[in-house]
Amino acid sequence: MKLLYFAWLKTKIGKAEETIDLPAGVANAGALVDWLKTRGPGFAEALKDRRALRVAVNRRSVGWDFAVKPGDEIAIFPPVTGG
Amino acid sequence: MIRVQSEDFDAGFEIEQLTRGKTAIGGVVSFIGLVRGDGVTAMTLEHYPGMTEQELAAIESQANQRWNLEASLIIHRYGKLLPGARIVLVVTASSHRADAFAANEFLVDWLKTKAPFWKLEETAQGERWVEANASDNDAAKRWVKS
Repeated sequence: MKLLYFAWLKTKIGKAEETIDLPAGVANAGALVDWLKTRGPGFAEALKDRRALRVAVNRRSVGWDFAVKPGDEIAIFPPVTGG
Repeated sequence: MIRVQSEDFDAGFEIEQLTRGKTAIGGVVSFIGLVRGDGVTAMTLEHYPGMTEQELAAIESQANQRWNLEASLIIHRYGKLLPGARIVLVVTASSHRADAFAANEFLVDWLKTKAPFWKLEETAQGERWVEANASDNDAAKRWVKS
């Protein structure tokens, strides 16, 4: 699956995107974030407060309980500030 | 019609292109958002290519379902912009002005809360990511039908 990070998440994590294998036991977007947090201090810091983050699966905004599967494109980002 | 681009736009030209030949149009409303220079020396807009276009098209489609529009256009820029630069153009055209005004405000409110853009401001003190604004969320929510 492809992971994308935007805005300050990208800075804290240190990359804009990566490709990973769906970790065993991870069924939804929230569980994926919990797993990502264990990957290092940058991840832990960037992802510590899920309420400050939004997630999109396959370019559609979804909730944290949205199911994820191999091959998905998952983007994690702060609330948007367009316009 | 929606466009996401780094280049500047010419509102007069865009309105002319959008409305030419559509004689049912009786009024055109346009909104142009600019980079405000209050302490900001530059602003970089990042976006999510692919999702941005999809979200803008969805918002535009909603506006067209809700109001009688003869034409509509959203252009949103990304990249590094200086104070005074144009960021966004929203044009709505209808046979009577009320629909064009309402739809335009709806579109601007919603693209602030839905379109995946993030603003990085450069100031004399350094860089900072603009945080989502509670008043923008409230502005968008007032369009939710109860």
